[in-house]
Amino acid sequence: MSKDVKKTRIFDVPLLKTNLDKGDWITMIKMKDVKKTYPNGVQALNGITIDIDLGEFVYLVGQSGAGKSTFIKIIFGDEKASAGDVKVAGHDLVNMKRKEIPMLRRDIGVVFQDFKLLPTMTVYENVAFALEVVEETPKNIRKRVMEVLDQVGLKNKARFIPDELSGGEQQRVAIARAIANYPKLLIADEPTGNLDPDTSWEIMKILEEINAAGTTIIMATHSKEIVNTIKRRVIAIDGGIIVRDQHRGDYGYES
Amino acid sequence: MRARTFKRHIREGFKNTWRNSWMTLASIGAVTTTLILVGAFLVLLLNINHIAENLEEDVEIKVLVDLTANEEETIAVGEAIERLDNIQSVTFSTKEEELERLMSGLGDEGDVFGLIDQENPLNDAYVVKLVDPTETVNVAEEIATFDHVEDVNFGEDFVQNLFDFNAYARNIGLVLIVALVFTAIFLISNTIKITIFARRKEIEIMQLVGATKWFIRWPFFVEGLLLGFLGSLVPIGFIVGGYYYLEQNIVAVNQFDFVTLIPFAPFVWQVSGIVVMIGVVIGVWGSVMSVRKFLKI
Ligand SMILES: Nc1ncnc2c1ncn2[C@@H]1O[C@H](COP(=O)(O)OP(=O)(O)O)[C@@H](O)[C@H]1O
Ligand SMILES: [Mg+2]
Repeated sequence: MSKDVKKTRIFDVPLLKTNLDKGDWITMIKMKDVKKTYPNGVQALNGITIDIDLGEFVYLVGQSGAGKSTFIKIIFGDEKASAGDVKVAGHDLVNMKRKEIPMLRRDIGVVFQDFKLLPTMTVYENVAFALEVVEETPKNIRKRVMEVLDQVGLKNKARFIPDELSGGEQQRVAIARAIANYPKLLIADEPTGNLDPDTSWEIMKILEEINAAGTTIIMATHSKEIVNTIKRRVIAIDGGIIVRDQHRGDYGYES
Repeated sequence: MRARTFKRHIREGFKNTWRNSWMTLASIGAVTTTLILVGAFLVLLLNINHIAENLEEDVEIKVLVDLTANEEETIAVGEAIERLDNIQSVTFSTKEEELERLMSGLGDEGDVFGLIDQENPLNDAYVVKLVDPTETVNVAEEIATFDHVEDVNFGEDFVQNLFDFNAYARNIGLVLIVALVFTAIFLISNTIKITIFARRKEIEIMQLVGATKWFIRWPFFVEGLLLGFLGSLVPIGFIVGGYYYLEQNIVAVNQFDFVTLIPFAPFVWQVSGIVVMIGVVIGVWGSVMSVRKFLKI
């Protein structure tokens, strides 16, 4: 397992707003024997046990229907595990009440294949939205929105609406929104799934920078090129169980 | 909630109302239609009630004393009546007074009958008013059993029918108003549901970035409030204008003094207040109900 990124100490993570003491070591995600059966009877996860530490960059690979999206949905509280223990960023997701889910979400940034931007809002408004929700002050919102837009290279497109942007630019807006609230964890479900290879590399570059600044990243992907080029921890899922967990791993499938 | 957030919810509520203008118009239309009906029913119902109460107040029992009864016996009848429960007033009326009243009621025609020239055929009478007029039938029946009472007279059928009708009118009116209000809530919640369906992406994203349930709900609350208020404006115009017209014209043609409408002020303003309140309740309820379905957390 990677020693360089895995054991990141809190004071090495300038972007994190956290109430942990300097020098603490934390596990970002801890799953034990997690199972998920959907109401229709499909068993999407069949006993997942895994630890992911603060600062790690993890690829989630596996064929369609393997359970990657389900794994991700359980992490941000979109689905509830049917059995097992799940702890994410200090929240106990199994014993958590529904009304605590918003608090969990504020610690996690989420990015999807389909961007999920609001078409009627400008780029600026789409990002500011995430900060309004947590009742940030207007002054801080203005400052932070421009900061994250700068970080994803879209400062000059703040007044555009999503339809006026390319797919890659839209995904960058989504990433800006996801990191606006200083999340400890960024999860991305096939963030490059709708993008051409060149654009995908741009997105990967941004994700790497975010990770370098200390945010843990979990990314489900089908891109053999990316996984085999930017070598990171690879967790392979098949039929709802982890079949491989490899530091600086390969994609391992013919794509 | 912070003042800033409160302002934001109000701003968002107004913005959404404006942005979804077609749905806003449809919702306002639904509220307006309902409130016009509710308002009309309310005015009708309250006036029926008012007229009914007037009529009830006019209901009196006339107790005819035996022609053979002497003065003491006549007084005894009056005292016996006064001892009953529920008596508001007992007025004695001599046979001469009764004749006079009858004649003036008949007007000039009284002379034609030549009543004046004949011996007075009428009885001495007590006119009894009750505190609770709905007890008229029972009290009259009891008085009829007293000694030296020849007959009691209270327009039996009319009184019973009046009380039955009043009770019906009140109940049916209430049921209709409640049914109308629920229909409106259903209409609004469906109309708003369509707009929310279009906005479910917005709700989904808000939840994704950690918005609480109430943070999402508040703008819809404001929107419902606004829709209810806007929807009540036209109905209030109808009520005020319509009632003014009605009052002017009914008063002009009114020959029956028991058909008096409730005076214009403050009645119309009270009804308008009730209509706004119902509108706001309908709007808020419909709006908040319709957003519930899309709140996953
Ligand atoms: N909401 C759902 N209801 C029922 N079955 C589902 C649902 N979501 C996913 N599944 C099923 O669960 C399995 C895993 O799906 P998913 O986690 O989406 O896999 P992946 O993202 O790896 O393609 C699949 O068989 C899929 O059909
Ligand atoms: Mg998937």
